[in-house]
Amino acid sequence: MASEVFKGIKVADFAWVSVGPRTSEYLAEYGATVVRIESRRHYDPLRTTGPYRDNKPGVNLSGFYARYNLNKYSVTLNLAHPKGVEVARLLVKWADIVTDSFSPGVMRRWGLSYEDLVKIKPDIIMMSASLLGQTGPSAGVAGFGLQLTSIAGFHHLVGWPDRAPVTIYGAYTDALAPRLQLAALVAALIYRRKTGKGQYLDVSQLECALQFLAPVFLDYVANGRVWNRMGNRCPYAAPHGAFRCQGEDKWCTIAVFTDQQWGAFAKVLGNPKWTNSPKFATFLDRKKNEDELERLVEEWTKDFTPEEVMKLMQAVGVPAGIVATAEDVYKDPQLEHRQHFTTLSHPEMRAYPHERSAAILSKSPGKFIRPAPCLGEHNYYVYTELLGMPEEEFIQLLNEQVFD
Amino acid sequence: MDDRPKIESALGGYRILDLTDEKGLFCGKILGDLGADVIKIEKPGGDPARNIGPFYADTPDSQKSLFWFAYNMNKRGLTLDIETSDGKELFKRLVKTADCVVESFHPGYLDSLKLGYEMLRRVNQRIILTSISPFGQTGPYKNYKGADIVLWGIGGMMYLCGDTDRPPVQVSFPQAYLTGAAEAAAATMIAMYYQETTGKGQHVDVSIHASIPWLTMEGVEFWPMMQVNVKRKGVFRESQSGAQELQIWRCKDGYVHFSIYGGVVAASFMPGLVKWLDEDGVATETLRDISWGDFDLHRVSQEACDVVVQPMETFLKKHTKAEIYEGTKKYRALVYPVNTVADTFEDPQLKARGFWGKLEHTELGATLTYPGAFAKLSETPIKMWRHAPRIGEHNEEVYFKELGLSREELLQLEQRGVI
Repeated sequence: MASEVFKGIKVADFAWVSVGPRTSEYLAEYGATVVRIESRRHYDPLRTTGPYRDNKPGVNLSGFYARYNLNKYSVTLNLAHPKGVEVARLLVKWADIVTDSFSPGVMRRWGLSYEDLVKIKPDIIMMSASLLGQTGPSAGVAGFGLQLTSIAGFHHLVGWPDRAPVTIYGAYTDALAPRLQLAALVAALIYRRKTGKGQYLDVSQLECALQFLAPVFLDYVANGRVWNRMGNRCPYAAPHGAFRCQGEDKWCTIAVFTDQQWGAFAKVLGNPKWTNSPKFATFLDRKKNEDELERLVEEWTKDFTPEEVMKLMQAVGVPAGIVATAEDVYKDPQLEHRQHFTTLSHPEMRAYPHERSAAILSKSPGKFIRPAPCLGEHNYYVYTELLGMPEEEFIQLLNEQVFD
Repeated sequence: MDDRPKIESALGGYRILDLTDEKGLFCGKILGDLGADVIKIEKPGGDPARNIGPFYADTPDSQKSLFWFAYNMNKRGLTLDIETSDGKELFKRLVKTADCVVESFHPGYLDSLKLGYEMLRRVNQRIILTSISPFGQTGPYKNYKGADIVLWGIGGMMYLCGDTDRPPVQVSFPQAYLTGAAEAAAATMIAMYYQETTGKGQHVDVSIHASIPWLTMEGVEFWPMMQVNVKRKGVFRESQSGAQELQIWRCKDGYVHFSIYGGVVAASFMPGLVKWLDEDGVATETLRDISWGDFDLHRVSQEACDVVVQPMETFLKKHTKAEIYEGTKKYRALVYPVNTVADTFEDPQLKARGFWGKLEHTELGATLTYPGAFAKLSETPIKMWRHAPRIGEHNEEVYFKELGLSREELLQLEQRGVI
């Protein structure tokens, strides 16, 4: 059974790629009825981006798309067709929330700007998610989270000080925005319950992402400091890093913050002589000789698996953990305990584990009960059942290629 | 001081008690941005997170932590030792009128103080308790010690970041705790909606660990789809065909980010770039002749990928990051500067949208510029209502005026170290 939190809340999700769909996926996980409005003429780019099931490309075979669209319905709609826009207006009338993530101005061209929507549904909540916001000189700039991660200043802060920066895997800022967007969207729902008023949310992915670097900006503003990348170093811990373990490309993180942890750490290593050397006696000593310290730590870790290092360190209260591969994540005993992955069976992709969000709500848990939709899978259901379109009209519009 | 127009903020009238440390401070900040009355409760003398740098004027001082400023903006502040019996009673009185408590103690700590969810529920049956912890409230790792780098690693993000010949890396301004706290804000809002519609409270168990795999986007999904573990590639990106594409390039005054796409995306963006290179006199004939719509990253050879390398290198050597950012907007290319914090701060787009906001810190005799609202809400705009509280800044306001303690009681409790 579906979660009951957002039972009755209806979302017309015109957004595509990852940021909008991930935001509405939280709503779907917690019981909202979310309809993705897609197109057969312009596929959602995630449908044509891998990884694909068994590495076979296909619009219904992308694990990337599936990951972001569980519990949702998919309809196809041709918004280039005048009747397509009419159908979109029916969806707006049906919905409590409308989301989009097109370049600023696209929804307006279709006659689906917030001002247009209000005329159809006065208390509608509309959220437009874009890279840089709906206003300003660069509002129309094209790109993806990958580029935005550079603009925001993240890439400069990843890697080693003696080398070029490296990238953060994926479109990092795409992954930062949804949680904030969801908080704002639910706040808008609460406000609507109290006042009867809807509203418009203009969300810039860049402005969301910069929240995750706020102190770095304050340091620049207040002290003129421009932060640089520093590998895995931490100003108030040593050792602090990822250390090579037994096996191919196997690593374990260890972070020693306190004297007590340093003592426990040394004990796990069997108190070898170097741990008592004046070079490493105090935190400041360890900081001063951190290169050598890291080499010595790795001398020890290289003979153990990451799991062994983690367990030995954690047993004495020293923060440590395996550096998990994707496989490790799916086999993690703690995530398994939390039932972090739900197995759902997809008509074309078959059964496989799907990731949930990271919180467990004791009284109203989220739940994934349906796999990601195939493209246009729910046209008939959504248009005739949810929108109440007469069958003859549905068939006529279908024949007129309005649902392409 | 409390000049908030109660109804025009989305969460006006809601009260959140914030017991978190650096693992969860960002959660309450987000709820405060949306207009909730977030009260940060810290131990007498101040929260240890006040010792996290950077510091204003590089002066390590618990009242000058910029980390603290950033993630406690839009909160009020009380001191209270909830381990004392008087502290517990005062805390329970606060819980009576609160909608939510957010905490990030070790799992079981609040239970050991008899202030766990079951206890709080008896005080206020509508209460939401959001618990943020490294691994979750239950399970085999619940007692494991977290650190930002540890969670970044075990959550699957670290393995994907870094040079191939060196250890995998975290972001130098660590991101795992912030990610968990943002997830907690989202989950708390979901619970608040449920509270609003049903009158029911609940316990929200947020695992920072479990919030990390989402940061990998499609990264971890390669396992169930293809039984593949994606590996870090340093400055490169691997196309589906296995060809290595350079992503971070050196330009005249720093680095830029650019990588080749295929198909529809290439058809949209590569012609602009080629035109730009052509006008700059560096495009080769081979480059001009490519039909980008047919450029398929699933099949492309290393050689075909490398066709941009030499012209791009010549081009980038001549231009600064600023010139490239201007050009990329003009030509609709996808070449973006690798900004430093200083570059981003000067970005005209952020300035035009009024993103940066100023807050006066009378105690420092200074005005600081902060990153502003994370979203623009037309009816209930996010505002910078107030700067982070000084230690015990709102003790009088709350204990004296609201809870009705007498001055004498307040003094006594202060001397007992309760507040």
